[in-house]
Amino acid sequence: MNELFRTLLGLPEQASTVATQIDYLHYVVITTALLGATGVAAAIIFCLYRFRGDAATENHRGPSAPFWLELMAVGGLLGMFLAFWLVGFRQYMTLQTPPADAIDIYVIGKQWMWSFAYPDGTVSNVELRVPAGRPVRLLMTSRDVIHSFYVPAFRVKQDVVPGRMTSLWFEARRPGTYDILCAEYCGLSHSRMRGRVVVVPPSQLGDREGEQSGDLAATGQRVAAERGCLRCHTVDGTPHIGPTFAGLWGSRVPLISGGSVVADGAYLTESMMDPLAKLHAGFPPVMPSYFGRLSAVETAALVELIRSLRDRGGGDEPLAPAPTGSLATPTTEVPR
Amino acid sequence: MTALPDFWRADRGLRSWLLTTDHKRIGVLFFIGVSLSLLIGGVFALLLRLELLTPDRTLFSAATYNKLFTHHGIVMVWLFMIPAIPATFGNFFLPIMIGAKDVAFPKLNLASFYVYALGAIVTLVAMIAGGVDTGWTFYAPYSTVSLGRVGLVATGVFILGVSSILSGINFIVTTHTLRARGLGWFDIPLFVWAIYATSIIQVLATPVLGLSLALVGVDHVWGLGLFDPELGGDPVLFQHLFWFYSHPAVYIMILPAMGVISEVVSTFSHNPPLSYRAIAYSSLGIAFVGFLTWGHHMFVAGMSTFDAGLFGILSMFVAIFSAIKVFTWTATLYGGRIVFNTPLLYFLGFAFLFVFGGMSGVAVATSSLDVHWHDTYFIVAHFHFIMVGGTLTGFLAAIHYWFPKITGRGYSERWGLVSAMMVTLGFFFTFMPQFLLGNAGMPRRYYSYPDRFQWLNVLSTAGASVLALGMILTVGYLAAAIFRGDRTGANPWRSRCFEWRVPSPPPKHNFAEPPVWQIGCYAYDVEDHGSDDVGAKEAAS
Repeated sequence: MNELFRTLLGLPEQASTVATQIDYLHYVVITTALLGATGVAAAIIFCLYRFRGDAATENHRGPSAPFWLELMAVGGLLGMFLAFWLVGFRQYMTLQTPPADAIDIYVIGKQWMWSFAYPDGTVSNVELRVPAGRPVRLLMTSRDVIHSFYVPAFRVKQDVVPGRMTSLWFEARRPGTYDILCAEYCGLSHSRMRGRVVVVPPSQLGDREGEQSGDLAATGQRVAAERGCLRCHTVDGTPHIGPTFAGLWGSRVPLISGGSVVADGAYLTESMMDPLAKLHAGFPPVMPSYFGRLSAVETAALVELIRSLRDRGGGDEPLAPAPTGSLATPTTEVPR
Repeated sequence: MTALPDFWRADRGLRSWLLTTDHKRIGVLFFIGVSLSLLIGGVFALLLRLELLTPDRTLFSAATYNKLFTHHGIVMVWLFMIPAIPATFGNFFLPIMIGAKDVAFPKLNLASFYVYALGAIVTLVAMIAGGVDTGWTFYAPYSTVSLGRVGLVATGVFILGVSSILSGINFIVTTHTLRARGLGWFDIPLFVWAIYATSIIQVLATPVLGLSLALVGVDHVWGLGLFDPELGGDPVLFQHLFWFYSHPAVYIMILPAMGVISEVVSTFSHNPPLSYRAIAYSSLGIAFVGFLTWGHHMFVAGMSTFDAGLFGILSMFVAIFSAIKVFTWTATLYGGRIVFNTPLLYFLGFAFLFVFGGMSGVAVATSSLDVHWHDTYFIVAHFHFIMVGGTLTGFLAAIHYWFPKITGRGYSERWGLVSAMMVTLGFFFTFMPQFLLGNAGMPRRYYSYPDRFQWLNVLSTAGASVLALGMILTVGYLAAAIFRGDRTGANPWRSRCFEWRVPSPPPKHNFAEPPVWQIGCYAYDVEDHGSDDVGAKEAAS
């Protein structure tokens, strides 16, 4: 039944965990639409035939329907629409809520190519390699105009907006290769901004669960040292010229301009690229912009480093640098 | 009886047309304008369909293709569909239908036409002098960095918006102040209600379009950066502003068509509508709720989950108001004495396109389904079915329904039916394949596409060809009818609606003296309808 409807409606294969249930709702809604339109057209054709006549030779009071019947028709229809909405919105919430154990991959859209940065510090263009059977969260931004990351076989899509970090998650059910398309018009070669998701068996990527983000945090340690971050920021909870990285992730940062902001990936990335945009109260505005000086991977690695230090409160923690291996295990407390 | 000269002959010479303040002549001028626009936009559409016959280059480069779909959208939306029915048939019939000799501000009405002409010329000149490739939606920040003539086109569309506001104000004031003696709000024809609701949207929503286009123009020309994140702006803000106008704008297009359908259904079934108030109130309901649904264009733009849920549920209510209208029209046929002809065939086409298009609207308001469909050909097919299919069939139904009233002549019914079949079926086969393309995952605005999408694209182009032939045929037999059609008399359809109680074509000031109508415009249950019927008077004399 599923296969029959899927083929009739021309839908791509259902390659993600959410695809099948979304398609079932699709079948119900579209079948209702076709039946409704055909039914109305049939009712009109019936009336045109049954009540054919010449000019208005008789007097007509016109049709009437009891009020309860009209109310039932409208109420029933509204009930049906609300049922569609309810089921659809629950599915939408699932689409918007990545599982806690998802692997994070950073995605950059630019005219007219997709780039991917993985937890182990490697990057790829065009081809996104992910394991089957593991949820993957994509953290996406754009270098130029708005793009939209779209994998029809996964039934997922998310706009990729410059100046913002958007996210999308999926879990591929089995190995295979699936199209990535850009769905938001982005200029001359919009239709050629294509890529591939290559889903591989988990064994091929190595069972690196637990060390994946550890690698990236370790890269972050190296980047922080090489790029001079540690000259102003500490990793042990001591305030220096700039705020410490320890315990910063997820905390509420008071701003000089008043108000506060939660230190999440978006804020940290913004502060690296445009440090004066949202200044941390209590620190001098001396940080230079790293825009164009840090690669996407380095930026991701620094964010990952800061995230790995989230449980290090200020002061009462040991002052030794964090042993990176033990920080890596993703926990369910990650704010998402 | 003394026959007043009809409005075509009341004054002579080019000057009498260019400086006319007669709402009927202004309606005719607008009709010429929107018809030319439909022709231009239609040629763009055919060129697009030809390019898409093959997966890669067929006729044009990608740059040309991107301009073509942008120009197609801009011409069809702002030059054709927004003014298509209100500025032409609304202008022509609204004053007659409420028993007025003209609109409240006749000179403003003429100004509205010249503002429209100026906006159209600016827009078309910008297209010739380089054009734009941003899509008709002008999404920032692409529109601020694009090399096209964004500023000039935005200026043209801005000017067109002014025309739309002027017409809207005129119709609102006219409906409020110039109704004939004894003609209450619930005595006016339903077409007037539709135009009235449309005018409210035009007056309230169009300024926001002007604002957002002005901001895009400022961004593009002077690099202010309101929508450019590199300068601290927010591109998603533009989408909110744009859709705050452009979603209600689809009701500017479809409500007048609904008004036409209400008239056509009652006239040809010789039945009063099942519920006058249901149709009148649902027009106002659509106009109101239509303002609260713009966010459903942005489910994957990065809006909060809560907002997406809210905009989804509000969108469902628009569908309910539309469904009430469809039920009422269908039930109005029941028990009538139906004369089947071209306008009714267009009603049949309208009903199928509108119900399936509307239900596909319910489908895309269902958030999880929209994630897959958003920005694919499914959306293209959806809005062409409901917005274009509804407006175009409504426009063609209006042309055929009121042709005898405006010209005083009849057209070939046989050719009318043939071309109505061609237009409706052509339309169906143009866009039904596009629903499937969207299901399969083909994004819109694609110059080149994967090979597996080709057969559906070929089918769509074939449908568009039939549609084009139907339109050409329509122009042919209507042009012939203008000069050689049989004289029809005041009321060939034996309608009870008010505009059929004046001669065809109507005289310059519509009525010899202010009318006092004893019999309602849908009073098909009254025996003697001759007392204030010009046709009956003519027959009796």
